[in-house]
Amino acid sequence: MAGAGGGGCPAGGNDLQWCFSQVKGAIDEDVAEADIISTVEFNYSGDLLATGDKGGRVVIFQREQENKSRPHSRGEYNVYSTFQSHEPEFDYLKSLEIEEKINKIRWLPQQNAAHFLLSTNDKTIKLWKISERDKRAEGYNLKDEDGRLRDPFRITALRVPILKPMDLMVEASPRRIFANAHTYHINSISVNSDHETYLSADDLRINLWHLEITDRSFNIVDIKPVNMEELTEVITAAEFHPHQCNVFVYSSSKGTIRLCDMRSSALCDRHSKLTGPGPPLEVSEAQKVKARKLTDWKVFEEPEDPSSRSFFSEIISSISDVRFSHSGRYMMTRDYLSVKVWDLNMESRPVETHQVHEYLRSKLCSLYENDCIFDKFECCWGGSDSAIMTGSYNNFFRMFDRNTRRDVTLEASRENSKPRASLKPRKVCTGGKRKKDEISVDSLDFNKKILHTAWHPAENIIAVAATNNLYIFQDKVN
Amino acid sequence: MMLSKGLKRKREEEEEEEPEKEALAVDTWWLDPRLPAVAQAPPAVPSNSLLDLSVLKLHHSLRQSEPDLRHLVLLVNTLRRIQASMEPEATLPSVPSPPEAPGVAADSLLASSDAALSASMASLLEDLSHIEGLSQAPQPLVDEGPPGRPSGGAPPGLGALDLLGPATGCLLDDELEGLFEDIDTSMYDSELWAPASEGLKPGPEDGPGKEEGLELDEAQLDYLLDVLVGTQALERPPGPGR
Repeated sequence: MAGAGGGGCPAGGNDLQWCFSQVKGAIDEDVAEADIISTVEFNYSGDLLATGDKGGRVVIFQREQENKSRPHSRGEYNVYSTFQSHEPEFDYLKSLEIEEKINKIRWLPQQNAAHFLLSTNDKTIKLWKISERDKRAEGYNLKDEDGRLRDPFRITALRVPILKPMDLMVEASPRRIFANAHTYHINSISVNSDHETYLSADDLRINLWHLEITDRSFNIVDIKPVNMEELTEVITAAEFHPHQCNVFVYSSSKGTIRLCDMRSSALCDRHSKLTGPGPPLEVSEAQKVKARKLTDWKVFEEPEDPSSRSFFSEIISSISDVRFSHSGRYMMTRDYLSVKVWDLNMESRPVETHQVHEYLRSKLCSLYENDCIFDKFECCWGGSDSAIMTGSYNNFFRMFDRNTRRDVTLEASRENSKPRASLKPRKVCTGGKRKKDEISVDSLDFNKKILHTAWHPAENIIAVAATNNLYIFQDKVN
Repeated sequence: MMLSKGLKRKREEEEEEEPEKEALAVDTWWLDPRLPAVAQAPPAVPSNSLLDLSVLKLHHSLRQSEPDLRHLVLLVNTLRRIQASMEPEATLPSVPSPPEAPGVAADSLLASSDAALSASMASLLEDLSHIEGLSQAPQPLVDEGPPGRPSGGAPPGLGALDLLGPATGCLLDDELEGLFEDIDTSMYDSELWAPASEGLKPGPEDGPGKEEGLELDEAQLDYLLDVLVGTQALERPPGPGR
């Protein structure tokens, strides 16, 4: 598979040549903590691109219509809406603050003119409606143009208000707030293919929600041990299957992935206090119900390679992201050093393993010391599932072509930010003589992490979050 | 306000901690500069500094007002793995011993510190589930308490739990205050690894060897304790260890 560093230049044909398109965000070196991007997500059509940051804000970019006079230039993404999704909260009982950082954003499929997305911080999920207004009504009977109420006795004639155009206004309003269902920190949300339900996962539990109902959720996974002393594993990510609305997957800090089927008839629950068969009970309002524990349908785990075992084996096997392919046939997991592709029909081992930055394996001790070993990288699929992408350090990100088996290392930096400039493959030198244009492992900047990336659902457009900047790259149109 | 200053922003905390971490010499003695780094694997036996580093990280994590559970669990598992491999009788270095493991030698220095650590960690994590259990009191079916009262999640943070007790005594029911009576506060005493005081949930290896403690620098110990004591002083006058 891929070796350390990046491969050579793409030869053409099916190989993608990535070019710089845009960069959003402040240029100065002093990065405000609140501006650090914490999640990036395209919507189902790819026309909208949402980012969340540590300050609790959501910024949505919209792709402009393609300019007919410049057929080779793809539509650019410009700011469409900005709003404060979450505020810092204070938990008086536990005497601690709840961070406003947006952990995840997930779009809902568009059903009418408005757009809906779910955004979550550590504790609370919110459903936001983003709608456009480009007309306003004038000529009300009961109020003035200023909005002051008119005295009804003065009204002698009725008129029909007329709609007049106005400057486009994009409004974001919170439509649902799903709160108080998570004791631990929410790491994932995922919208079901039924478009009516979604799941939210924290360190120890996964809850199922109906989008219309905020005061109830069903607990579908609970790995909290009866004795917290026995806690050795936490949930790190979860996602619904893209097509099968009863199937979801969740990953753990020990490197296992569990595929679950909510229809499972062999429902048994060692912890539940409910007895008897039947569908999950609905208890009174404002309470969660622990549904019967689902038996894991399939457990995916690769046996540890004894030759590479170290004290850090468990930490680096901890899965930071799990994503189903668009086809639903595969899923991809990201651990500290690699990306693995799994066939859902084979639990014993992944069908592909791609090394992201193998040169870090000998540096694990230092990375443990500076806590980088705990960094959680995300990964994403290309629209056709033939390519996958994930981030690394030094603002590098890695692309793997599953068909050609080629990989490339690219960099998100302002130096390579001329419009439509091709990105030059980067290479990390692992030892011996450093060639020109290579960078040595010790020179890598571990503060420049690319943790969050997103790929347009249909086209070869990618969004890469580099701390407080958002880079957009596109493939070269021949 | 009962906000514990300095405990929230992890990024700033990490920056605060940087000087402390850099002071630790992380051994790379096992890396032969002549050989390509990629080919070399760390040895089976860790150095003491790796153990110390792990313990410090654990303390740092526990001091957060709301510790990152994943970070904590990974640290604890790694620490157990390190300690297990340092024991002379260990046959399976990769198998971490649970706190009640009978196989741990009572007179082993590392075993006793492992026990002290595990016992304290265990008691703190257990309190987390106790608090959760109490807030769901009359409803055995229900996992979490009513929404107005976030349940559980009481962090296994030494400083935070200490604050949670008397500082919020006016908010908690009297019965909850009883929870904190058995928290082992020996860790707040002058020696980090002092023998268990009254009320400690008994670990299997309460016994000799604890006074020797770990080989942490005095400066590092003092620093840790200063922070803990300083944190307490912010909220209430120092009382008998609670």
